[in-house]
Amino acid sequence: MNLIDVKNLTKRFPMGKGEFTALKNINITIGKGEFVGLIGPSGSGKTTLLNILGSLDVPSDGEAIVLGNSIGALSAKQSAMLRKESLGFIFQSYNLLQVHTVYENVEFPLLLLKLPAAERKMMVMEALAWVGLTDKAKSKPPQLSGGECQRVAIARAMVKRPSLVLADEPTANLDAANSHNILKTMEALNRDLNTTFVFATHDEKVIGYLRRKIFLLDGRIDKDEVVEHS
Amino acid sequence: MIKFLVKGLLRDKSRSQMPIIVVAIGVMLTVFIHAYINGFMGDTIELNARFSHGHLKVMTKGYADNMSQTPNDLALLDSDSLLSSLQREYPTVAWVTRIQFGGLVDAPDSTGETRAQGPAMGMGIDFLSPASSEVERLNIPKSLVRGRLIQNAGEALISNLFAEKLGVLPGDVVTLIGSTMNGSMSMYNFTIVGTIAFGAEALDRGALIVDIEDARYALDMQNAAGEVLGFLEGGFYSDDDAIAIAQRFNALHADSSSEYAPVMKSLSQQGNMGSYVSLLNTWTGIISSIFVLAMALVLWNAGLLGSLRRYGEFGVRLAMGEEKGHVYRTLIYESVVIGVIGTAIGTAIGLFFALLLQVYGIDISGMMEGAAMMMPTVIKARITPADYYLGLIPGLVSTVVGSMLAGVGIYRRQTAKLFKELEA
Repeated sequence: MNLIDVKNLTKRFPMGKGEFTALKNINITIGKGEFVGLIGPSGSGKTTLLNILGSLDVPSDGEAIVLGNSIGALSAKQSAMLRKESLGFIFQSYNLLQVHTVYENVEFPLLLLKLPAAERKMMVMEALAWVGLTDKAKSKPPQLSGGECQRVAIARAMVKRPSLVLADEPTANLDAANSHNILKTMEALNRDLNTTFVFATHDEKVIGYLRRKIFLLDGRIDKDEVVEHS
Repeated sequence: MIKFLVKGLLRDKSRSQMPIIVVAIGVMLTVFIHAYINGFMGDTIELNARFSHGHLKVMTKGYADNMSQTPNDLALLDSDSLLSSLQREYPTVAWVTRIQFGGLVDAPDSTGETRAQGPAMGMGIDFLSPASSEVERLNIPKSLVRGRLIQNAGEALISNLFAEKLGVLPGDVVTLIGSTMNGSMSMYNFTIVGTIAFGAEALDRGALIVDIEDARYALDMQNAAGEVLGFLEGGFYSDDDAIAIAQRFNALHADSSSEYAPVMKSLSQQGNMGSYVSLLNTWTGIISSIFVLAMALVLWNAGLLGSLRRYGEFGVRLAMGEEKGHVYRTLIYESVVIGVIGTAIGTAIGLFFALLLQVYGIDISGMMEGAAMMMPTVIKARITPADYYLGLIPGLVSTVVGSMLAGVGIYRRQTAKLFKELEA
């Protein structure tokens, strides 16, 4: 079953008096449990596509169906519901809430789901265990290293066990050791929980972990290749 | 969720402490300035009321027509019965008789020859009746510079400046040379028992204060008074109340055909005091409004900026699945909390400083030398009921409106753009 089904997707942005076409007639399908990357240089449209898949933006033409929902047809409330229940996000600059503790940051998606406190606690501690940060639960983001912050962001994205995690340049602010650490964590979560990961990246370290690589160039799919890891 | 948001608000000082301080300062200034303007404007009116105009004044029609000349030949006759009748008809108003008179004060030397002379502005007030509150109304005990208050008939107080000019000391005898109410010349000796400084340049130049019975003897005004002054309950002038009382009195007693018929005038109906009262009210309103508006704009802007810098955070929250309406509502709730706390603190501090100024005042006598107008030389604030809620306009309304406007961006921008602003 396809988790994501993108058909003839085009995205245009207004630019001055004219328009800029960021995505041109994109067609892709992504199945459950995939570990896939949208790869391309800056301006290739990978983040735009990721935003549409995350229902943070809508297509200008064509269709993007995510978990059975046509993104362009969703109301704001339905989009929020989709993100709240089924999607996880990992951002380049972590985007943690700076005044809240690690525990509270990871707990936030569960608060939106209105889960009971005991259940939330269990799920947060489990998510922190996945990323090896149980001892940092009471720390605040400014007290953590970049690698630790990104692991908190992964825990936050994974805590509600979403079907799909969208990661936009997740290693861009990390050194090589931390990048590999993060990627191994995500790879393990993908394997153990069968969560689908979609990356937008041009980082060679990330690309090395991907099992499917979709290359974008000037808003078009240039190449789509499946990698067989030994 | 509420606990989560409250924690965020309390921990992020730029979201809580700073906005509360900004709102509190804005509200404090608004409350203080409003009380200050009210006090200064109100003091000027009250000073004029206490010393010359009253909140209400009853005079004969002829006296009223020539009031600037204090024509005692047109004084109220049988003033005691008029006073009793006024006290009966308007029991909430404090009524007092007064005689204002002009004359020449002559200070003799040891041989009885004139040593110095000067024009005096005399005032006969009820000094010696046990029930009289005139001494307190005119703040005479606190205005005493040297000597003592009047305790016996034939004694007088003189303004300190005037006494220095004449070279008169307490214990000296001076002669008032004036005219009786019948137009003949009057000479009457007073023993100066004290010197006073009212703090109003116009009064302090030549004031001579005597007991009203002495004034009556000196000016041949037995059972007569130039004017009967009324002071409204609470001690503060209310134009509407005063005009209503004056209209009621005049409907019963006024007679346009008789020079001696009594007429009652409110403070605003006397001379140029009407335009002065209306000018003061207008300027109080304008200055207060400008200041409230200016503070409202400042705090509106603060609310706007405080919310704009959080677009990134809103973007993340929206990405996590929080609904736009919920983000917007929490933003408004936060600004309401900030506005209420800031307004309460600002109002309390503003009232505290206003109270200090109301009690102690600021002495500006050095700037008032030579002033012809009767204005207070000590500026005092006056706290009015409006000061308790006025701060809500800039403090709460503007802060919330600023946040509401900033929050509109949550709806108008694509969610993707919102959290991109965090990364910028």
